[in-house]
Amino acid sequence: MIEVKNVYKSFDQKEVLKNISTLFYKGKTNLIIGRSGSGKTVLLKAIVGLHEVDSGEILYDGRDFTRMGQKERKGLRREMGMVFQGGALFDSMTVEENVRFPLDMFSEMSIAEKQKQVDFCLDRVNIKGAHQLYPSEISGGMQKRVAIARAISLNPKYLFCDEPNSGLDPETALLIDDLIHDITLDLDITTIINTHDMNSVMEIGEQILFISEGEMCWTGNKEEILDTENQKLQEFVFANKQYQQVRDEKRRNNPEKI
Amino acid sequence: MKFFFHAGQYFSLLYRVFSKPEKHRMYFTKIFTEIESLGINSVGIVAIISIFMGGIMTLQVAYNMENPIFPTYLVGLGNRDTLILEFSSTIMGLIMAGKIGSNITSEIGSMKVTEQIDSLEIMGVNSAAYLILPKIIAVVCIFPFLFILSVFFGLIGGLIVGPAVGAVTAADYLNGIQYLFVPYYVTYSIIKTLCFGFLIATIPAYFGYFVEGGAFEVGAASTKAVVNTNIMILVFDLILTQLLL
Repeated sequence: MIEVKNVYKSFDQKEVLKNISTLFYKGKTNLIIGRSGSGKTVLLKAIVGLHEVDSGEILYDGRDFTRMGQKERKGLRREMGMVFQGGALFDSMTVEENVRFPLDMFSEMSIAEKQKQVDFCLDRVNIKGAHQLYPSEISGGMQKRVAIARAISLNPKYLFCDEPNSGLDPETALLIDDLIHDITLDLDITTIINTHDMNSVMEIGEQILFISEGEMCWTGNKEEILDTENQKLQEFVFANKQYQQVRDEKRRNNPEKI
Repeated sequence: MKFFFHAGQYFSLLYRVFSKPEKHRMYFTKIFTEIESLGINSVGIVAIISIFMGGIMTLQVAYNMENPIFPTYLVGLGNRDTLILEFSSTIMGLIMAGKIGSNITSEIGSMKVTEQIDSLEIMGVNSAAYLILPKIIAVVCIFPFLFILSVFFGLIGGLIVGPAVGAVTAADYLNGIQYLFVPYYVTYSIIKTLCFGFLIATIPAYFGYFVEGGAFEVGAASTKAVVNTNIMILVFDLILTQLLL
């Protein structure tokens, strides 16, 4: 479990995160949603330590990341996996080398064991026949899947995904969402996904945090989100007419809930 | 103020670069890759530039020594000493700052803007050390060899051009390049090349590592890196010449 307590972050006098406090649960896909520029990427990067917070605490199973020294942070980071928006695969390495990199760097496995783990991870994300290709030679969807394979290669306890399905067609986006959800359940890890895609929210949103202009506005799950009374969240969710129809239909079927 | 900010950030980056590596074997492999891409792949351009540089120097020395009281073998001597003392170290350093420096800035800068450096950090890798240390070792190790190659090809250039245009005979030229040879000049220039190699690897790496934005900013950072490296090479050339000669 990851606990965020009273986190503030500003850049050049501009407050980007204002008093964010929330819990991200183990074994669940936790979503951070919000409009572009709402501060969700800054929050995710603050949680993983790529941005230092101005004040507040970030607790990984009770261990305060913000007060850790460099050595302790390095140790904790080996328990993390992250999928970046653009994949962030190393251009100079093949798909296989990308996935093997964390193992080469931090594990004491033999060459055969590493190969087995690489094959397992690539198989887990359905990458076949592309082991020796470079990132520039594979599609965007495949790059995301390889990035997921790399992120889980050291069996992390915490998985972070920054807009994992941005730039992908709806079908591939759905596949990526399902893949992350399945991995979260299989490995029983704490997963945090940053997204503004309502399809993802309705597909895998087990625990959702909605932020707007750096402030925490709402928390709940995908069953509750359509019935929200929060004005800002309504504007965000029902910007897509499809979800208005879903809500109206839901209300017609359960009139007592209105 | 801006200078002090950059100087502080540069030295704090160097502190991270020279901290203990996670796994020595990974760095060791990378050093050889860097030696190939930054050093071996520069041999061609060093050879071409040096041949022309040596040839032109020979012509200019010969033109300035047309007076019959000067023996023609001094043309060879002039070319040799100019190459050893300044051209093959400083001028080659300036040219390599353009070739190797822009390569380092654009490579590290592209990794920064595509979040590959963040990705290394998240894994718990010291990205500064992993990306920059092998480049420093590779450039510092290979640069004295490039200097020696440059002197060699420069002398060959003079040997081709001098006799070809009738400025000096091959025998006089060969006599001249062996006349009054001072080995300390080579030591002095190798010390300079080690220093220049360090500057050529670290200053562009600094500009690449701290770039923010996209492709446009990476291009601008490359230009800044080359300009600043060239200035620092000239400053250190002046300081080292005063100290060592």
